[in-house]
Amino acid sequence: MSDETILELKGISKLFPGVRALDQVHFDLRPGEIHGLMGENGAGKSTFIKIITGVHTPDTGEMYIDGQPAQFKNPMEAQRAGVAAIYQHVTSYPDLTVAENIFMGHEHVRPLTRRIDWRKMHEEAQALLEKLDANFTSHERMGSLSVARQQIVEIAKALSTSARIIIMDEPTAALTHHESDELYRITEGLRDSGVAVIFISHRMEDIERLADRVTVFRDGQHVGSWNASEMDQHALIVAMVGREISQMYPKRTIRIGEEVLRVENLSRTGYFRDVSLDVRTGEIVALTGLVGAGRTEVCESIYGVYPPDSGTIYLNGEPIAPQSPMDALELGIGHVPEDRQLQGLILEWEIGKNITLPSLADLSDHGWLNEERERTLAGQLSDKLTVKANSIFTTATTLSGGNQQKVVVAKALSRTLKLIILDEPTKGVDVAAKAAICEIIGDLAEQGYGILLVSSEMPEVLGMSDRIVVMKQGHVTAHLTTAEATQEEILNAAMVVATGATGATGTESA
Amino acid sequence: MSDQIRIGITRERNWREFFFQWEWILVGVLLLVIAVNTWISPYFLNFNTFIRTPATFLDKAFIVFPMMFVLILAKIDISVGSTVALSAVIMATAYNAGLPMPLAMLLCLTVAGIGGAINGWLLVKFKELSFVIVTLSTMIIYRGIAYIILGDQAAGGFPEWFSYLGWGEIFGVPFIFLAFIATAIAFGLLLHKTTFGRAVFGMGRNALASRYSGVNVDRVVFTVFMLNGLMAGVTALFLTSRMGSTRPNVATGYELEVIAMVALGGVSTSGGIGRIGGPILAVFIIGFLSYGMGLANLRAPIVLVVIGSLLIASVLVHRIRFRSKKKINSTV
Amino acid sequence: MAKRRIVLTENLRELGLLLFIVVLALAIQARNPAFLTLRNLTALLTNTSILAILAVGMMLVLVTRGIDLSVGSLMAFTGMVTALTVAGIPDIPPVLAIALSTALGVVMGMVTGLLVARFDVLPVIATLGMMNVARGLTYVASGGQWVSSYQMSTEFKAIATGKTLGINNLIMIAVAVYVVAAYFINHTRTGRRIYAVGSNPLAAEISGIPKRRLIFLVYSIMGGLAGLAGVLWVAKFASAQGNTAIGYELQVIAACILGGVSITGGVGRLSGLLLGTLMLGILANALPLINVSPFWQQGIQGFVVLAAVITNVMVRRNTERNALRRRAI
Repeated sequence: MSDETILELKGISKLFPGVRALDQVHFDLRPGEIHGLMGENGAGKSTFIKIITGVHTPDTGEMYIDGQPAQFKNPMEAQRAGVAAIYQHVTSYPDLTVAENIFMGHEHVRPLTRRIDWRKMHEEAQALLEKLDANFTSHERMGSLSVARQQIVEIAKALSTSARIIIMDEPTAALTHHESDELYRITEGLRDSGVAVIFISHRMEDIERLADRVTVFRDGQHVGSWNASEMDQHALIVAMVGREISQMYPKRTIRIGEEVLRVENLSRTGYFRDVSLDVRTGEIVALTGLVGAGRTEVCESIYGVYPPDSGTIYLNGEPIAPQSPMDALELGIGHVPEDRQLQGLILEWEIGKNITLPSLADLSDHGWLNEERERTLAGQLSDKLTVKANSIFTTATTLSGGNQQKVVVAKALSRTLKLIILDEPTKGVDVAAKAAICEIIGDLAEQGYGILLVSSEMPEVLGMSDRIVVMKQGHVTAHLTTAEATQEEILNAAMVVATGATGATGTESA
Repeated sequence: MSDQIRIGITRERNWREFFFQWEWILVGVLLLVIAVNTWISPYFLNFNTFIRTPATFLDKAFIVFPMMFVLILAKIDISVGSTVALSAVIMATAYNAGLPMPLAMLLCLTVAGIGGAINGWLLVKFKELSFVIVTLSTMIIYRGIAYIILGDQAAGGFPEWFSYLGWGEIFGVPFIFLAFIATAIAFGLLLHKTTFGRAVFGMGRNALASRYSGVNVDRVVFTVFMLNGLMAGVTALFLTSRMGSTRPNVATGYELEVIAMVALGGVSTSGGIGRIGGPILAVFIIGFLSYGMGLANLRAPIVLVVIGSLLIASVLVHRIRFRSKKKINSTV
Repeated sequence: MAKRRIVLTENLRELGLLLFIVVLALAIQARNPAFLTLRNLTALLTNTSILAILAVGMMLVLVTRGIDLSVGSLMAFTGMVTALTVAGIPDIPPVLAIALSTALGVVMGMVTGLLVARFDVLPVIATLGMMNVARGLTYVASGGQWVSSYQMSTEFKAIATGKTLGINNLIMIAVAVYVVAAYFINHTRTGRRIYAVGSNPLAAEISGIPKRRLIFLVYSIMGGLAGLAGVLWVAKFASAQGNTAIGYELQVIAACILGGVSITGGVGRLSGLLLGTLMLGILANALPLINVSPFWQQGIQGFVVLAAVITNVMVRRNTERNALRRRAI
């Protein structure tokens, strides 16, 4: 490793409607290093790599490759400059063979006839696969390979373009323990051959095992870059989450009442198994764990989006089986989905129409719209949630992320509810909005709703909740009481891989 | 109560917006078409002619309204022409087999409604299938069944009173015209004044968010397609009444004309946008245009060319009008 | 083995279709021994050639997640223009007539391609519009008249009736189209990239594959093949009419779907296409032989298509369910 940089970015900013994705970010990468890039969801990592690979152009800032200014207008230019990115699913062609996937866009052809040189392509593909110790052939159909193998193909693809900078976007997220080990070995091999690797991950073990240096983003900003040896897990977590915990989330004392929701042995094939938890009135139960642990899926099953395959849901002690969000809302279960722009809002619609969409049946007279009543309710809820806009006729697109999220919460509140499920409600909003949303959640608990809060943010989990349920790989791994829980305990339950088996069965440590 | 609310809840009139509406352009085009028709034939503007002309083209206009709902849902139904043929053929066959005419007419509507409902059911049950392939399949099947029933025969011989539907007048106004107005009002109210209409608009913009908001999305899709079939049955009644008989190849290409009218009326093929007035104006534009070309002794095939081009042109214009600002990147 | 599952299912599918065709053929043979005779089989293949040629173009369109409803009308229009030319210039060489028709088809296809690829008009809408424009132009070109057998030169009609190496020309042309298509699809970059675009359009764009140009290309090819089919049709039936090949696009799409071409893009093989075409060809040929009214043909085709797409969905759902079960949770 040397001090020269192969890639340098300065003052990069990128703004999307309603979201400041990157704010004056800088970054440097040295040849032959593995550089860990960490940050919570919505910290701006994805946007950052899309800027490096030419998918997005930054609003401000410069990029240098080997000290030379570079500006990629499209991914092809980035590829030609030796930059390759391995996204999780985006770039593969499931219907084509491995060899074709590797060489798509730069196929080998015979010089005279322009006919595809299949033999050469398969030979080279096979050679690349062997170099990566893959035990499958270049003739396989991409779609029939496991995720781990598809990733190896993606790496082979990067190598086939003689990439000098390889970006891996959460490559281990969908891998088993054994497969991750395999990937570590391959990545180290790349480094030793002089390739610079940007390795994006949530997993502490990835960073500990691989990274030479590590950079942390938070809320679209560059927090810092360190030699990996300088940072331990705790320090990294503090850097990722930033604030000291309790200040931002003053926990109120709320009288906790009867049980609202109880879930017993809920399972959905391929997503989660034997999940049990309960929520009482006035109580905030945090459901936490890594992205992909199955938290969102559990919530969506309770909300009726994808009904579970087995297990029972009780609401106020009565067994229920919502088959759709419509059923769930009717029963008194509200839901603030994870992706507010895709699942939460009709972006092109005005605020008011968005808010009243779930409650149209109540607001109408036998199916005839009553706009007067609609406007009143939309206005009241906007006020209650302090939505910042001129009027309820403002289009949702024009709102900031935090305000959009308030509208989504208002939608849920337009119905008469007992339980509110919030899936990552503060994801991708600025600090002030975060505080406001947390305040709202506290208010809701005070008003006697039962609250199930999905969150990956430790401070939020520890600061807001009464109890904590931790999930890992589709199982509940811990039930904790917040007052007695420590950050380490939660992280252990969420992250640490049990020795031996991959799909560790729920080790309850309450 | 409402005066305690801080956020604005009264809509401001926006005059600019009022004048920059697609419908004004359509009004202009309609006036132009009428002017040209009058120039070709001075009798055209005569009240009697003017009020009777629409009876020649309004039969298919009944499908325009439900088709508008289909397009707002960001879908398309190309089976309606076949549905018209099938329901008309079954009605005629049943009547000739001895079913009383009123019941045969009811059967016509039932068959058409079921035809539409099958489309809706397939789309709800097999969400992986695109609307194109589903309605294409039923388009083949429905007309196929019509051929199985009648071969290349025609069927008719309806009672005298049945022709009233297509030819009758009330105070000099064709009955079909009045039926059209009633239908327009009914569907206009359904689209703009009911929760159902609101749900249709919402689903056209973002079906996923609508589902998460507790909209019964399956029922909406099913109902819209069923209505589309049902109104094809209404068209079958009027068409058969005007023609006096029916055969399996009637209403070929109706889907094009209907979709062209809806698209020209300002309904976006990418869903979520449309107002009832546009397609109504478009019905008369295309109708009078065809009629005028007849007056000018231009043969019917040219009308095909014009309608096909109009469809493409209006879709193109809307593409440019609504050229969406850069898609929001949801991975952030 | 999990690895070869998909290839295997494809092969199984085609094997199943082949088996079904054999059983069907034997059943028909049992009802009417005139079916499996050289004469009838030659007629069957001759009659199916045009469908087979069109299916190639439609497969490419479907592979890119599109659809083309204008095929029948394009055939009518190009056929009519060619017939009028032949009637006007009787000693025009047949090859030139074929070239003219094909070129005209390409131009029409390019218009559709432009609408879909450049202006993002939905393929259904663009081709529905084109379907009617072309149909109308056919009547306009002919003035509503037919071009009949006596107006066409013997050489021109020989395009469809003549033989090369003892085999009917239509069959030979279809074989040639398949040979070229096989090379194009399997051995050229452009061919493979068409599949890449259909398999994952987003990825294709990211890796710099000229998606729009390829989509433009497939509609142009479809147009060209429709033009070729148009002249062959006119030569075969020795007449060009306003309503030539009306609704024929439905048969072409049916052949593709039966042949295993996925309507969600990325998947489609010539071998399957041949079987799908053959299946429809047998249906058309055999119905009269077993005394079923030809009016049943369309209905049966429709049902078969719907059954095929629904079966595909069911199979895929099953595969996905199994994949979920295998996940280590």
